[in-house]
Amino acid sequence: MAAMKNDRPTSIVDKSEKRFTACLAISAIIIVVLLLAVFFTLLVTSIPAIKAFGIGFLYSKDWNPALEKFGALPFLVGTLLTSFLGLLLSIPFSIGISVFLGEYCKEGPISTFLRSAIEVLAGIPSVIYGLWGLFLLMPIIRSLETMIGVAPHGVGIFTSALILAIMVIPFSASIGREVITLVPSDLKEAAYSLGATRFEVIKNVVIPYARSGIIAGILLALGRAIGETMAVTMLIGNSNFLPTSLFSPANTMASVIANEFAEATGTTASSLIFVGLVLFLVTTLVNIVGNFIIKKISIESSREVG
Amino acid sequence: MEGHVRGRIIKDTIFKSLVMCLSFVAILPLLLILYYITKNGIAVINWEFLTTLPRPIGEAGGGIYNAIVGTIQLIILSSIFSIPVGIAAGIYLSERKEGKLSELVRLCVVVLQGTPSIVIGIVAYLWIVAPFQSFSALSGGIALSIMMLPVIIKTTEETLKLIPYHLKEASLALGVPYHRTILKVVLPAGLTNILTGILLSVARITGETAPLLFTAFGNQFMNYNIFKPIDSLPYRIFYYAMSPYPEWHTFAWGASFILVVMVLGLNLTARGLASKWKVQF
Amino acid sequence: MESTILRVEGFSAFFGAHQILKEVNLSTSNNLVTALMGPSGCGKTTLIRCINRMHELIPGGKVSGNIFLKEKNVYEMEPIILRRQIGMVFQKPNPFPTMSIYDNVIAGYKLNGIKRSKSDMDSIVEESLKNAALWNEVKDALHRKGTFLSGGQQQRLCIARALAMNPEILLLDEPTSALDPRSTAQIEELIVELKKTTTMLLVTHNIAQAARVSDYTAFIYLGEIIEFGPTDKMFTVPKDKRTEEYLTGKFG
Repeated sequence: MAAMKNDRPTSIVDKSEKRFTACLAISAIIIVVLLLAVFFTLLVTSIPAIKAFGIGFLYSKDWNPALEKFGALPFLVGTLLTSFLGLLLSIPFSIGISVFLGEYCKEGPISTFLRSAIEVLAGIPSVIYGLWGLFLLMPIIRSLETMIGVAPHGVGIFTSALILAIMVIPFSASIGREVITLVPSDLKEAAYSLGATRFEVIKNVVIPYARSGIIAGILLALGRAIGETMAVTMLIGNSNFLPTSLFSPANTMASVIANEFAEATGTTASSLIFVGLVLFLVTTLVNIVGNFIIKKISIESSREVG
Repeated sequence: MEGHVRGRIIKDTIFKSLVMCLSFVAILPLLLILYYITKNGIAVINWEFLTTLPRPIGEAGGGIYNAIVGTIQLIILSSIFSIPVGIAAGIYLSERKEGKLSELVRLCVVVLQGTPSIVIGIVAYLWIVAPFQSFSALSGGIALSIMMLPVIIKTTEETLKLIPYHLKEASLALGVPYHRTILKVVLPAGLTNILTGILLSVARITGETAPLLFTAFGNQFMNYNIFKPIDSLPYRIFYYAMSPYPEWHTFAWGASFILVVMVLGLNLTARGLASKWKVQF
Repeated sequence: MESTILRVEGFSAFFGAHQILKEVNLSTSNNLVTALMGPSGCGKTTLIRCINRMHELIPGGKVSGNIFLKEKNVYEMEPIILRRQIGMVFQKPNPFPTMSIYDNVIAGYKLNGIKRSKSDMDSIVEESLKNAALWNEVKDALHRKGTFLSGGQQQRLCIARALAMNPEILLLDEPTSALDPRSTAQIEELIVELKKTTTMLLVTHNIAQAARVSDYTAFIYLGEIIEFGPTDKMFTVPKDKRTEEYLTGKFG
């Protein structure tokens, strides 16, 4: 074989060419470096707390800046309770919307209205949910609490979970709608031709087929709920004790940082950053798994179409 | 037999009504939120509210001028940091569809997008506020730009991937160098979509509060120095909402109205842009 | 006066480990249309993409051998300088969607940053569009987007864009395969008309088209030139059995 002829002499144009491709590559590298820098910044600055409390930080329930004793259990519990309860409350609604928009009402004015409403809902800043919750949801919860005979704080885990549910519905619903529209129509038609009703088709064909996508949507919503800060900070009651009931004031990982970081120094700051590191790792894990599932689904469905 | 069929049909109808009910109940909060913001917000908004600085509690009047200007300054700052890098990284991803670095960058984009904003706030604090010993507009802008990046990169990548390859070939065959082909043919063809993405990312950060709590902080005065703390609408809403003064609560509603108008305006513009100025191939 | 414009010598092209062209030899003289004909996948498109060095842009694309454009070895030239001297028209019309008709014609100058006075550009645009037989249809809409034109008009716009650079040779890669019969006929008429001033290399899988417009034809099969000669001779008395079988529709 003769010599390959692609290694030709370079020139002036090649120089600006190289500069351009270098710029692109550098920008790409910046993104990687940025993320690594975020991670290592958190890791390095939380080392004092890691050294002082070790793994016990995660299951100790005392958070006492005065005694410089720190344990993150109350916030882990607060985060878990608010986000899972919020998710639980949101699931019927987000699946309802997914099915309605993906099956019953794919186009037309009602569909457009509902879809834009959901987009607007997703776009409203978190602090405004907090404001609304503080002045309208809180009094309602307070009277509810009086009615069932618990301490009427008005703020706390339940209130936060409620606002989280409202906030995450748009995310899981829009992902759910997309995966439901991906269900091949020949599968549905096969079931209809056997005499199934629409409900039976949805229950036995659509939902099973779209299940992993719906779960991915819920996972991504969970990631958002775990990291959600402002609305929860405004509604959770800022208490560093382990919550005793669903109505007690508490703190999540995000809200304790929001409440205390600006004035924190020394070990307190380092402990809060440690909480931030845990928060970062948990949300990253949830997100990667959720996105992995979604990517797999879209590859599979494109393979079936192609 | 007939009863069995009737039962199934009834079930079908019940299910359909249930799904519809759930859908509309889910957007009820939206209607309530918009209603209260409009009702309580418009009541406080007047020319003075929009054009004067906040006054200490006890003094009547005052406004949120510094917060509006501060939010705009933060948007400009974060756009300056994020748009060039974001578009360049997006071009990189669309040009190198495969490759280790591309895969890694895509993973980083996913992780960055899912990173809680409060965590980004901490990092911006450690990078800028701590060394400079002062809250600053700069640190807030950096924090927000990190939040804008994933959206810009993703839209740029996805938009450019959809630009037909034969367009690039047409330019290359005319002897146009690669970088000019990208900058003058491929990028312009995708420009409206990329702009839409940028506007959506701006809409997203306009309402962000958490990353500003210990970066831009807040400032009851007007500030144009990027090394000093700066006010912003979301911060002002938070500050007023958490205060014990009813008068400030009404101000929070007013500021919320302005913020929602800004965010929805950006969203609408973005969508209008996408549908009106679509490039035909 | 006849002179050789393009000479291909012992030329091979590869895609990864796969060899697409095997030791191809070909030459073409000024103001002639040479058709490259053969079944799909035979390497005819690859051959013209090697002439303006577009083949090497695809990852894995490699070549060996020599191609001379007016006795200058194209593989020793700067690709972007070379491509400015060679016009190319693609299978699918590809006007630039963000540019007006006027800007599309002058795109080779604008995108390359070659400065010309307004009156020079005006005359280049007018002349190129006239040569592409499009002037009368678009002269009142020069500042509208090129994408509003019909498919056939778009393809003629692309020809005008290539002609505007005053190329030594025009490469046409199945220029009518995406067009309806009427537009196809118009393009073929245009090619015959352009022959007076331009050397062309036409890739086609349409035997009748090769017969209608070309002076010389090369039949390519599995990466090799099986037969090359005057079109009328090849179509009446093919030398090679494979050529005869292809022309009579036995395969392809």
